Amino acid sequence: MPDLIATPGQTIGPFFGYALPYPGDRELVPRGSAGSVRLHGYVYDGEGNGVADALLEIRQADTSGAVPAVPGSLRRGGAGFTGWGRAATDPDGHYWFSTIEPGPARPGSAAFLAAAVFARGLLNRLFTRIYLPADPAVLDGDPLLASLDAAERRAMVAVREADGNLRLDVHLQGPRETPFLSFPGHLR
Amino acid sequence: MRVLEPGLVSQRVISEEIEKIHAGAAAGETQPRLDFPPYRSAILCHPAGDLRHADPEGAELAAPVFGRADVDSGESDLTIGGAGEPIGERIMVRGRVLDGDGRPVRRQLVEIWQANAAGRYAHQRDQHPAPLDPNFTGTGRCLTDDTGWYSFTTIKPGPYPWHNHHNAWRPAHIHFSLFGTDFTQRMITQMYFPADPLFAFDPIYQSITSEQARARLVAAYDHDSSQHGVLLGYRWDIVLTGRHATLMEDGDA
Repeated sequence: MPDLIATPGQTIGPFFGYALPYPGDRELVPRGSAGSVRLHGYVYDGEGNGVADALLEIRQADTSGAVPAVPGSLRRGGAGFTGWGRAATDPDGHYWFSTIEPGPARPGSAAFLAAAVFARGLLNRLFTRIYLPADPAVLDGDPLLASLDAAERRAMVAVREADGNLRLDVHLQGPRETPFLSFPGHLR
Repeated sequence: MRVLEPGLVSQRVISEEIEKIHAGAAAGETQPRLDFPPYRSAILCHPAGDLRHADPEGAELAAPVFGRADVDSGESDLTIGGAGEPIGERIMVRGRVLDGDGRPVRRQLVEIWQANAAGRYAHQRDQHPAPLDPNFTGTGRCLTDDTGWYSFTTIKPGPYPWHNHHNAWRPAHIHFSLFGTDFTQRMITQMYFPADPLFAFDPIYQSITSEQARARLVAAYDHDSSQHGVLLGYRWDIVLTGRHATLMEDGDA
């Protein structure tokens, strides 16, 4: 029996590209299907360069706010919406998902997708949230967003583009650095 | 006098940086530093701000679910994908995935990837001029069983050079990707082999300042799981961070 202290993380490194991505990994729902939205953006380093060796994962509720607990993410098309997806960045640092917009966890609360970020150069995973754009009163009511200043809050709320897509850039470092999260369970 | 590749510092410079950081570290750090300049790629890829405390809710409290629809049983044997036998030392790596309370993580996905016996990844951007092995790609998946056990049959990976600094070599390792029962337990790490002489020189391994914590990444040789005439066994248990969701269905919460 090990000592029950969390095993350390290590960087994903540069060579995950033939192992972790798989067909359909970023399509939680088929591209262009009814109700689908394209969520996309760039992952940037501290000098504003796109990070080519980054991997994002999202975990989210369905439109009703329920989080699916069904298998089938690795072979899409069977079980329906699984609420989890994975996207590696391209050589410019760009990622995209085809998904649906999650409902809030509680009625009237701000809806978000949970995200984990991995990259070559990043020695441990980072967690953040991708909030859906919403009425300021709704965002104000979110305990995490309420604890952030205006610039930090902007860094966590996706922007609705003219074509309906959602855009959120992840800044690993720098003046527009994304707020990254620590949860109580991480303390030991 | 050794000729250094332009832009690359010597191992001595890297080792001195590591030593200085370790000397100033508080005892008992359990995770790698994110800000760890001896790993040169980390300089621009670590957040400068502190992590923000958040209470998990909604999707954060529920890891994705995987099942037989996702993973074939054969995907846990990395030695059977080719027309012939891969070259190298055949090994089995097995262990348990536990949460921070010691509960097994059941029926959950484990993914691995690794270099071949010569230290070469089957990745198009790996420029190390060691041979590819047509019978070994070095990727595997499995689901843990009902008591949290995983098992992979593979080839012991070789160490390989990289461009962090002059004469930089990664200790032999297998990349592991793990999920818990909360999404907040998601992690990726690297498993190492016992008594690797490269440990002291490697800024990725040494980004964990505590020797005791570094040791948690090193598998143990396990003679009981070695198989007569076939392979050598290694044991490596993984503990995830604490979970937040109360699991009514377990009956042991």
